[in-house]
Amino acid sequence: MTMKTRICDLLKMKDTVGVHPPQQKMTAGAVIESTQLPDIVTLMMKQHSGAPAKLLVKQGDVVKTGQLIAEATAFISAPVHATLSGEVKRISSVVHPLTGELTTAVTIVSDGADDWVETVMVDPDGLSREEIIARVQRAGVVGLGGGGFPTYIKLQPPADKPIHTVIANGAECEPYITADTRLMIENPERVVAGLQIVMRVMKAEQAYIAIEENKPEAIARLRAYLAQLDLPHVHLFVLKACYPMGEAAVLIREVLGVEVPEGGRARDVGVLVQNVGTIAAIYDAVACGKPLVERVMTITGMVAKPKNLLVRFGTTASHLIALCGGVKPGGDELLFGGPMLGIAQLSYDSPVTKSVNCVLVKQSIMKEERNCVRCARCITVCPMGLMPLMFYNYVRKTIYDRLAEYRLETCMECGSCAYVCPAKIPLVSYIRIGKDELWKQTTDK
Amino acid sequence: MKSESPTGHQPPLVLSSAPHLKGRTSIERDMYIVTGALLLPFFGAVYFFGLYVLLMLVTALITAVFSEYICKMMRKKVFRMDGSAVVTAILFTLTLPPRTPLWIVAVGAFFAIAIGKEVFGGLGQNIFNPALAGRAVVGVSFPVHFTEYIAPTAPWLVDGVTTATPLAVGAAPYWNLFIGNVAGSLGETSALLILIGGIILIATGLIKWQVPLFFIGSVALLSLLLGQDPLFHILAGGLMLGAFFMATDYVTTPLTTKGKIIFAIGAGILVVLIRLFAHMPEGVAYAILLMNAVTPLIDRYIRPRPYGYQGRKMGAIR
Ligand code: SF4
Ligand code: SF4
Repeated sequence: MTMKTRICDLLKMKDTVGVHPPQQKMTAGAVIESTQLPDIVTLMMKQHSGAPAKLLVKQGDVVKTGQLIAEATAFISAPVHATLSGEVKRISSVVHPLTGELTTAVTIVSDGADDWVETVMVDPDGLSREEIIARVQRAGVVGLGGGGFPTYIKLQPPADKPIHTVIANGAECEPYITADTRLMIENPERVVAGLQIVMRVMKAEQAYIAIEENKPEAIARLRAYLAQLDLPHVHLFVLKACYPMGEAAVLIREVLGVEVPEGGRARDVGVLVQNVGTIAAIYDAVACGKPLVERVMTITGMVAKPKNLLVRFGTTASHLIALCGGVKPGGDELLFGGPMLGIAQLSYDSPVTKSVNCVLVKQSIMKEERNCVRCARCITVCPMGLMPLMFYNYVRKTIYDRLAEYRLETCMECGSCAYVCPAKIPLVSYIRIGKDELWKQTTDK
Repeated sequence: MKSESPTGHQPPLVLSSAPHLKGRTSIERDMYIVTGALLLPFFGAVYFFGLYVLLMLVTALITAVFSEYICKMMRKKVFRMDGSAVVTAILFTLTLPPRTPLWIVAVGAFFAIAIGKEVFGGLGQNIFNPALAGRAVVGVSFPVHFTEYIAPTAPWLVDGVTTATPLAVGAAPYWNLFIGNVAGSLGETSALLILIGGIILIATGLIKWQVPLFFIGSVALLSLLLGQDPLFHILAGGLMLGAFFMATDYVTTPLTTKGKIIFAIGAGILVVLIRLFAHMPEGVAYAILLMNAVTPLIDRYIRPRPYGYQGRKMGAIR
């Protein structure tokens, strides 16, 4: 530690921390259940970031579970597989539950058999790097932490940016969600095996499994499992519990003490961050040849019996909520994702996609927006060292040039600032308007 | 926005944008915590100066809230009891001498709200601490009422006699200064009660402990360097009240902790300079008002370092 940082720490001049919303992890002890499959699924052709997948089936086709029904069309794209066996009932254009854009969707009606395509188990150690990446790509694995970025791309960084460290992100810092925590408790072997595959592909020297300190069961489970295997390069990293610890940028700073340069990506500092759920999916894809058709989701909030469920993509929220005993009185907001980042749904019939980690029913809060009182709480909590009130000021005054000076692009829209604001200013909404304007300016030129 | 679920058996949904969770912070909560903390020195003033002080506060409160109501009406804005007028009224009352005529209290409270806050656009937009702005207006307009201070005069203490404040005379026993048994403005008196109130504010996270520390520290250091008695300068006058309750007002002080520290040091230096060289016994109010004026400038230069920032120093915003 230099003299300067020591003085800064002493005077607490560093303002960057984060927030501590009530945890509400009511499903932390609930074993992941695989439950009755739905009769019908609606599969979005875009369950990932990048180009939508191209449809390979037509109405009336009979498909098996795990069958490829849409292929990737571009470098940044991912294939989609049938999540039930049955008949393709309809191909339609529907509102995407996460982006709100009209997207092609395939509706499959189940034949009740859940008849799988053939999958072959292989020993991952026998596969070459290229074969592993190809299997991940073919299985349609995307980032399950929320981003939905096609995973196979992250596994092949440019040659001049070697990856030395892999961080398995098990922070799960958002309230309510327990999907990753349960996965780590119940299937540590899939997580660790997947991590070893990733390390081998990346030729990484070390890996960290990062978990927040408030998940002692997951920590104990993984610690015991790692001790059994005696892996010298895989470490457990216990994080302080605070939101948004699980954001890649924050995680990298916390675990390795380095920051990703402005405008850069994790690979610029030689790091790959993967969500633990994604890592388990990588294992399934590579070792079991299993396409990505299901994942763990937390169905929680104002439902009668909150649960962690193994959910097939395309299942509607209403089916999942019915499995959890229905909506409790007062619940009038349906979110895909947690309360901080989740996206409000128009209807209970919205189908879940690959990047949905939580289906949350809650009571809506409508707070009247007041003028900023300069209390600086937003600055204190912003994990990126920004001044969110300036974004609000300049967006309101429509002086967009200033936004870049205050580093609007660095904001990752975690919502910590809006959470603490006593004037109840929807800062993230202002930030999004500002980003749109900046983007318009750059494309105009 | 509401939408009906097509399946019908579930309640309609509300659409809003993330984050869907809000902390329990609110402007009212902040203001009423400050009010609570301020009541301590206020009741100290009632104890030392008698019930007339209560009358002053009631006058200030009614005028402040009423003025705010009128201003909001004239600006066609919604009036809300957000508690800021209450804080301003108490703070303003605490800056007054114990026998200030009620009409001066009313005029000052009106100016504090109307000129100190509303002309700038209401709470959050004001540059100067409203209570101090009101105090400055009446101090300049009716100077004769601000030179006569009485020693503590509650019937249960000794009879009041008009005296000069310790700062004007230059001496008073430390212990009396500390507990507040001296002549002066209402809030210039009990350092002990202000300290307790200040600790409440620090504990609730409403103010940063760095501000009073650096404010008082710089006063002590500079007065020591100039051959004065530092302890006397700390305990006498409105320094304690200013350091804990005025230099910490979030609306009118810098945004970052570093900026707040600069503000505190600047105000500390100004206090000593005004006290010693400007022929005004009490400098705290003016020192803070001057630093209020510098605050926008400080905020332009002092910014937190954004994540991943590559340069060495953050430049100022034009
Ligand atoms: S949303 Fe952006 S500005 Fe607000 S706290 Fe998060 S990173 Fe900072
Ligand atoms: S938290 Fe809200 S009120 Fe406080 S400075 Fe930020 S935007 Fe303004």
